[in-house]
Amino acid sequence: MKPRYQRLMFILGGVAIVAAAAGLVLFALKDNVSLYFTPTQVFNKEAPQGHSFRIGGLVEVGSVKREGDGLTVHFSITDTSKNMPVTYKGILPDLFKEGKGVVAQGKLRDDNVFYADEVLAKHDENYMPPEAKHALEEAAKAQSAVNAAPVVSPAK
Amino acid sequence: MAINWFKYAAPATFYGLAGKMVPWFAVPAAILFVVGMYIGFFVAPADAVQSEAYRIIFIHVPASILSMFIYLIMAGYAAFGLIFNTRLSSMMATALAPTGALFAFISLWTGALWGKPMWGAWWVWDARLTSELILLFLYLGFIALQSSIDDSRRADRAGALLAIVGSVNVPIIYFSVKWWNTLHQGSTIKFTGTSMHIAMQQAMFVMLVACWLYVIAVTLVRVRSIILERERNAQWVSELNEVKL
Repeated sequence: MKPRYQRLMFILGGVAIVAAAAGLVLFALKDNVSLYFTPTQVFNKEAPQGHSFRIGGLVEVGSVKREGDGLTVHFSITDTSKNMPVTYKGILPDLFKEGKGVVAQGKLRDDNVFYADEVLAKHDENYMPPEAKHALEEAAKAQSAVNAAPVVSPAK
Repeated sequence: MAINWFKYAAPATFYGLAGKMVPWFAVPAAILFVVGMYIGFFVAPADAVQSEAYRIIFIHVPASILSMFIYLIMAGYAAFGLIFNTRLSSMMATALAPTGALFAFISLWTGALWGKPMWGAWWVWDARLTSELILLFLYLGFIALQSSIDDSRRADRAGALLAIVGSVNVPIIYFSVKWWNTLHQGSTIKFTGTSMHIAMQQAMFVMLVACWLYVIAVTLVRVRSIILERERNAQWVSELNEVKL
């Protein structure tokens, strides 16, 4: 075998071993690499108990309530199967909105409310001008009206 | 007709070829930067959620893509130099590293500037951001390792090993948003299509091409000076017009 093929084999073998090692490490750390837990994971007690951790999901539509001091906010984070009530006192990021992604860091207390000391907004991968967004919302409304119609019509 | 493919693999002949190629990449790069910026700032509409702040993607996304791409190309050149003992490929790897580091830095910096108003944090230790930071450190480590070894051939070999091992990080960066929960959003441009307005796509694509051309131009300039530095004792260098002066 020529020396250059030996070197090629050596490099390919080395990269394969390093890739496998990195893969195993990342697989072992799978839960720790993720930035946040979902509400379902928290309900299944997969989140650390008594420690600070992050919880992520969507802000449930209609759940945001502000207290009189203008700073304290109550809302719940949902992953569409489980909900987690959250209390936060502080300034919310611009992108914080009902139905949008959010990541909160804090502790789960005994009353099953998550007391956050930091709330971050998570942006999705969609970019569109306001008119397109408006059109999408109109289409969604029309669609839900169509879906609702058959329920009404049999009641003659 | 037999073409001698290896003619331009010799630093002495590539030096002249690279010099002729530079303007063919530098001028289009400058033009496309202007066109891309114009589309990005004046043609592309504001985003429904982020309004004007989203325009950072026109530099952030090309910089991030290229920081990963350049690393793979650099590692490829370094591996080629290690396997076939070709001097020019190792020089290309050395010439690519500073530009790759620059783009990794731009990607992290613009991301932080966008993250503060949008997410509410300059920096989060999520998988995407952390692995991109590791990429910047790999570039800096490659540059530092090579410049700490005086013998250029040994420096090439040591740097090549670091570059090859580090290339494992690139797929981790790319797939991090898929494999783990991250604060960083998923890919907008996927192999299956894209969720983005057409003018925004055009601006981003033009900027990506402009950055690509810039990378090629600046790498050729840099590889020319590396060739001159390493071959300074060779006969052909002393016969160059620009050296004689």
